[in-house]
Amino acid sequence: MTQEEKQEMVKEISSPERIINNFVITFGTVNGSGSATANTMIMRALFDMGIPVSGKNIFPSNIQGLPTWYTLRLSKDGYLARVEEDDIVVAMNPATIRKELESLVPGGVLFYPDDLKFEVTRDDIVLYSMPIKKITKEADVSLSLRDYVANMVYVGVLTEMLGIEIEAIRKALNFHFKDKEKPVRINLSIIEAAAQWARENLKKIDPYYVERMDRTHGFIMTDGNTAGALGSLYGGVEFTAWYPITPASSLAESIHEYAPILRRDKETGKDTVIIVQAEDELAAIGMAIGAGWAGLRAMTSTSGPGISLMTEYLGLAYYSEVPVVVWDVQRVGPSTGLPTRTAQGDLTFAHFLGHGDTDFILLFPGSVSECFEFGWSSFDIAERLQTPVMVLSDLDLGMNEWMAPQFEYPDRPMDRGKILWEEDLQNFLEQHGVPYGRYKDIDNDTIPYRTLPGNLHPNAPYFTRGTGHDENANYTEDSEIWLKSMDRLKRKFKNAVKYTPQPEVVENGSHIGIITSGSASFPVLEAQDILSSRGLKTDYMRIRSLPMHDEVKDFINRHEYCYIVELNRDGQLHQIISVNMYDTCLDLRKVAKVDGMPLSAKWIVNEILKIEEVKNGVSR
Amino acid sequence: MALADSRVNVNLAGLSRNDYKGMPSTLCQGCGHNSISSQIVAACYELNVRPEKIIKFSGIGCSSKSPTYFLNRSFGFNGLHGRMPSLALGAMFADTSLRGLGVSGDGDTASIGMGQFKHLARRNTPMVYIVENNGVYGLTKGQFSATAEEGLELKRQGINTYLPVDICMEALVTNASFVARGFAGDPKQLKTLLKAALVHVGLAVIDIISPCVTFHNKENSFHSYQWGKDHEVQLHDITFVPARDEITLEDFEPGSTKEVTMHDGSLVILKKLDKDYDPTNRFEALRVLEEADQNSTLLTGLLYLKPNAKTLFDHYNLPETPMNRLTPDQIRPSRESLADINEMLFLQE
Repeated sequence: MTQEEKQEMVKEISSPERIINNFVITFGTVNGSGSATANTMIMRALFDMGIPVSGKNIFPSNIQGLPTWYTLRLSKDGYLARVEEDDIVVAMNPATIRKELESLVPGGVLFYPDDLKFEVTRDDIVLYSMPIKKITKEADVSLSLRDYVANMVYVGVLTEMLGIEIEAIRKALNFHFKDKEKPVRINLSIIEAAAQWARENLKKIDPYYVERMDRTHGFIMTDGNTAGALGSLYGGVEFTAWYPITPASSLAESIHEYAPILRRDKETGKDTVIIVQAEDELAAIGMAIGAGWAGLRAMTSTSGPGISLMTEYLGLAYYSEVPVVVWDVQRVGPSTGLPTRTAQGDLTFAHFLGHGDTDFILLFPGSVSECFEFGWSSFDIAERLQTPVMVLSDLDLGMNEWMAPQFEYPDRPMDRGKILWEEDLQNFLEQHGVPYGRYKDIDNDTIPYRTLPGNLHPNAPYFTRGTGHDENANYTEDSEIWLKSMDRLKRKFKNAVKYTPQPEVVENGSHIGIITSGSASFPVLEAQDILSSRGLKTDYMRIRSLPMHDEVKDFINRHEYCYIVELNRDGQLHQIISVNMYDTCLDLRKVAKVDGMPLSAKWIVNEILKIEEVKNGVSR
Repeated sequence: MALADSRVNVNLAGLSRNDYKGMPSTLCQGCGHNSISSQIVAACYELNVRPEKIIKFSGIGCSSKSPTYFLNRSFGFNGLHGRMPSLALGAMFADTSLRGLGVSGDGDTASIGMGQFKHLARRNTPMVYIVENNGVYGLTKGQFSATAEEGLELKRQGINTYLPVDICMEALVTNASFVARGFAGDPKQLKTLLKAALVHVGLAVIDIISPCVTFHNKENSFHSYQWGKDHEVQLHDITFVPARDEITLEDFEPGSTKEVTMHDGSLVILKKLDKDYDPTNRFEALRVLEEADQNSTLLTGLLYLKPNAKTLFDHYNLPETPMNRLTPDQIRPSRESLADINEMLFLQE
């Protein structure tokens, strides 16, 4: 059989009808080859066509030469989670083409450069070769740009073969190149040449098509680190110190990028946010805590290894009651682990952080919108409660592009907490009946007042220390005072639920609950629909913060049993809930793994059904 | 009472010496650190600085306990071992009209804190950084520190086999803009060095040999009172003239002095003792330190000064109002600006 005859056969078995706006494209490239621009371009064009789309960049800890994959999912139903199989592969990297061939579904499609030599191990897929070199050579670009624009050839071929609107491509190009005429023209001419070549030379025999929809109206496209940075700027961050680490660097870099736009006074030209690249994470947290103590809205952003280094200072901030916001964009540990892969592996670490008895407020953003929201609200919480707040994002959320509803302006005024200036101290005794003391619980709400350096009232200064201290911040080793102060800190932590975000609950009238947090919620929501279609209805709860709200306990108590889905080996959220509900008889079922990839709905469904079968004897 | 009050001497800030004092010291009787605390009180009183305009910082160790023993009316933060520099750097941004005064020790600076110390200097963070250097860990009872000389013998530790770190040299090679060495047994010179450091705009490092009377005061060792007294060589006779004072240079023999004008207009007058010394020459500073080491002398004085070096704050475009007094509307961007941001993020309309 000739190749053409084979392809005709594939067409017959694989495409009974068109598959529209509901498939996955993976681009296999070499990192450092500039493919990110091309891939984002396609994603933006599809987004512009109103099609729900999500993109995941799977990249190595390397700068140039190792395999990288970019996966684009089009989902007419709006699912944004990762899917394990590919429908279409654009294979630009000879080193990985075998693996990519295997990942294709039957009837799937492989695009490849015509000079790529490889063994065709599948006879159930559609093959399209692309004359990448030829088209690039014919294009009117300098030699140095050729490699870069080679990626535009596959953009052009895909545009033609899938039916992407050229106008949408043009918009994406204009956006990327900030309306600079020349690069837009060069890239567009190659895309158009490639599309024309495909029109004249390729016969469409696969079933995959895109069509304009109206599912992205009012949406933006951004990554969680940019969202967190913007949220922080709207939260009035005044000081951020950081040290480079994947996958958190782009958060601080985004603050750098947007600060001149958002935080440079139009009249005076002065900046109201200070950014310091520290010598390490030990210093980054020290700087942030120094600034937070002195009354600046202060933060740092890092990943797991950085949190390890910051632990001691965070313990000091807990005990001496200093507000600070710490972003942990999680990656796979332990140790250096898989530094460019995503995980939710720092939950128990962050929850139990530090020596001695400590407690830390944790926020779990579940979308880029929440990265923005927690970006600003975390400062209100930290300053109100005078304690560190940790925001646990992850690489998937932080570094990948997500479609999300446009950002909403903070819906409440800034809360700077209990700060006293000169005039407040002047009237303090009269108002409260007792003189000011840094750690006095004057309002009986566990939260003391604080004064800031620069306050010239003689009663303002106090000496902050990590050693035992009394209500006036003086050194003491007195047992009674220690007991009393640590008890107040415990009660203050429990009170935090008044200020922290409640869990998101969706009831479907089931006796089974699924509990998750952060970005694991995307595959969970999809898994729920699949389970439901197989007759297993479930209720949903996404935990958004710790300490645990009563609503979490209520949800668990209301349900016969709950599955806890998360992206780590040990079931860390499961552990934390168990510790917090030690006095309740629980049926909590662990659905957890970490392998470097975001969870898929398919895996969650399989795990849950497996447990259902073992525990309940029901097979579906 | 009224009578007593009228007898109290006050400085130009209207404050008495008592207003600069701290809690009673809990360090050992005769500890060098106590005499340093007294000189800090005296220097601040005489400079007429309001204590509220100073922030004290320290790390961990005997030295780092001492900020509670002076300037009760100043804010203070006793941070982590070796990590006071980062804490101070962050806090100083809140109100740049305040003066930072850090107290560290040789363990806190030359061991665990070496990194942060060097980076504080590299950024020329405007604050005073005192190292109360006694060559020994006091609070943990007598272990060698990184500044202990080779061959030093201590009761429980035996003989030190490592070469010492010279804090002044470290400060110099990292571009600190004010580097001095003092001796707790020479209070007069120390007070003058402290005054000059307090008006210096930039990082002022003072390495002060401050003997530990309990664990390390053997007369033949470098960090002892006796050795210091016998071997101290002053680089110059140093005088500090505040900016507001009229000075008559006739008081000094022509050609025998060198003056350096500080940022605020005050003068540091260095009277030649043995040889000419130019404190603005960093290479010279390193050379005299090396020479002192070879000659087994305790060389004290102002080793290096660069009065107008760019400081950390010069790299930022800070508002006139102290940052910690900015109001919410000054730090939260407008509602309208968010529409532009959404637009920048490929908003689909």
